[in-house]
Amino acid sequence: MIETLVFYFFSAVLILSSLAVITARNPVHSALFLVLAFFTAAGLWLLLEAEFLAIVLVLVYVGAVMVLFLFVVMMLDINIPKLREGIWAWLPFGALLAIVMVVEMWIVLGSERFGLAGVIAPEGHPVGYSNTKELGRLIYTQYVYPFEIAAVILLVAIVSAIALTLRRRKETKSQLASEQLAAHRQGRVRLVSMKRAD
Amino acid sequence: MDYFQDLLGPAWPLIWTLVKIIVLVLPILGAVAYLTLAERKVIGYIQVRIGPNRVGPRGFLQPIADAVKVLTKEIIIPSGANKFLFVTAPVLAIAPALVAWAVVPFSPELLLSNIDAGLLFILAITSMGVYGVIVGGWASNSKYAFLGAIRSSAQIVSYEIAMGFALVGVLMVSHSLNLGEIVKGQQGGGFWSWYFVPLFPLFLVYLISGVAETNRAPFDVAEGETEIVAGFHVEYSGMTFSVFYLAEYANMILVSALCALMFLGGWLPPFNFAPFTWIPGFLWLLAKIAFLLFVFLWIRATFPRYRYDQIMRLGWKVFIPVTLVWIVVIGAWMQTPFWLW
Amino acid sequence: MKWLKDFFRTYLLLELVQGMVLTGRYLFARKITVQFPEEKTPQSNRFRGLHALRRYPNGEERCIACKLCEAVCPALAITIESEQRNDGTRRTTRYDIDLSKCIYCGFCEESCPVDSIVETRILEYHAEKRSELIYTKQMLLAIGDKNEAQIAADRALDARYR
Repeated sequence: MIETLVFYFFSAVLILSSLAVITARNPVHSALFLVLAFFTAAGLWLLLEAEFLAIVLVLVYVGAVMVLFLFVVMMLDINIPKLREGIWAWLPFGALLAIVMVVEMWIVLGSERFGLAGVIAPEGHPVGYSNTKELGRLIYTQYVYPFEIAAVILLVAIVSAIALTLRRRKETKSQLASEQLAAHRQGRVRLVSMKRAD
Repeated sequence: MDYFQDLLGPAWPLIWTLVKIIVLVLPILGAVAYLTLAERKVIGYIQVRIGPNRVGPRGFLQPIADAVKVLTKEIIIPSGANKFLFVTAPVLAIAPALVAWAVVPFSPELLLSNIDAGLLFILAITSMGVYGVIVGGWASNSKYAFLGAIRSSAQIVSYEIAMGFALVGVLMVSHSLNLGEIVKGQQGGGFWSWYFVPLFPLFLVYLISGVAETNRAPFDVAEGETEIVAGFHVEYSGMTFSVFYLAEYANMILVSALCALMFLGGWLPPFNFAPFTWIPGFLWLLAKIAFLLFVFLWIRATFPRYRYDQIMRLGWKVFIPVTLVWIVVIGAWMQTPFWLW
Repeated sequence: MKWLKDFFRTYLLLELVQGMVLTGRYLFARKITVQFPEEKTPQSNRFRGLHALRRYPNGEERCIACKLCEAVCPALAITIESEQRNDGTRRTTRYDIDLSKCIYCGFCEESCPVDSIVETRILEYHAEKRSELIYTKQMLLAIGDKNEAQIAADRALDARYR
């Protein structure tokens, strides 16, 4: 009973906040609504006993990705009247694109695959069930190659992103912490005993 | 208890949970209030002063006086600020710091909820604390606040990575994400069987990242009183400001508690014989948390503030490599017969 | 070998620990705080605090309205108006010191030919309005009358050096 209520509550918040993401005027508000959407989605996953996925969704998307998003969005100087220019000229094209997307989604997510009949309600798990353990077992046995390949692709992406943006400028000066740490008093100061001049 | 159960019927579990939450949160808020006093006292003593001693005997009522002062002050909302977000930001900052306590075990029996992915839960929840900072800085409609917010959130996000890697080491040796199980894994001998011995580098990384995560000195460039006045909460006053302040201290207590649980054996006594085992585990945990908090204050009283690029260098170029190397070392070590934990 | 030593020195945070030991030792050092209203730091007899106007032992006010103090005051805190009294001597009708301007340099006291304006040892005084910080002739004379013993003792101690 309570679970159903919670489910409908989360679903309502999720749908409303997703709508707000695309309708909010202020891009920062959109980003914050997206955070809310991720959060409620995580709540829905918790109801499915997928606590690992739920927590990782919060950890990765809410805790890291959206923070960087917000960074960028906050620093943008968005001129809304300029953005709205020519909205009528582009409307037919946009509408066409939207219709194509709706049809595609209809085909992919249509009732024969994702209907209530097509998906069996997941069974409740016994008390000792650990979603984390199950996921780990699957990832490191059955799906180990796809998992590792995905990891390598991401690594390549990181390295290439850094390589593309890294500029070495000759004129910039920076301290070398390792050299500073290796410095000793003996190397810098020489104590000289001098005769007192009376 | 049965009587109440009959009286309230189906609403009972809800109310019982609420009661438990209140019983947990109130002492934490009290501890936060007295941590502010402890900080002023400890730093005062280190600076050869005696700290606040006027309100109540030896200054023990100072936090109450502070609270009354701050409650009666005016909340100023800057012009052009986003009112809703401006007021929400402090709540966003303090909520994660309190929510994370839901999975912190105080003793084998004394805990609010025993979830299997407790460690992950804490990582996820604490990573949300940064929103209070960002939203507060942005909603203030002030350049100083915005700069402070950017500095602080960049710092928090970077140190979260090192912190996460340090926790990976813990869950490798404990085979569990459940905080209770992690503490139980440290049972056996005395303090030498706690995880800080094999994971010493990770322990240090976690402790220092904890200082950086909570924006404490010497990593307090987000506030940087002498550089950017007060960082992200420069426009805040009265209660909204003090909620930010409380969030910082609540985070400090949380980080110390987690450190005590994961590296210092939680509620386990340091020696497994008579006088030490008489003291209840709960008190041992409190003692460890108090010690770590003292270290936080001690560090603040000792070190000068880092420069921003040095903070980033330390996080990315020192801590992350160190944790990665030590994770590999631990992985190899665990396969050898020399692994004793 | 030196490299190895440096490595451990850095990664075991030895220098940081040294620093913390130093501050940790001060935690137990004797505290030097002076608990102000109950305890006070010793004052010099040359202390320059609140001003006072003195009188001669016969009750005649010392000030002869020469206006040297007004002229020397670097903060322009002193305002003097004067007139001739019936006995032919010149006396002030107004002697105001604006304490919100005064910088307590002591030049007025130095310049006074009759030791009339002096700075006393009083340092605990306050006002709730700016206007209350303008001390008039009557107020200054009252301060002088009240603290004459102390003022005279301090001047006597310092007389050798003047």
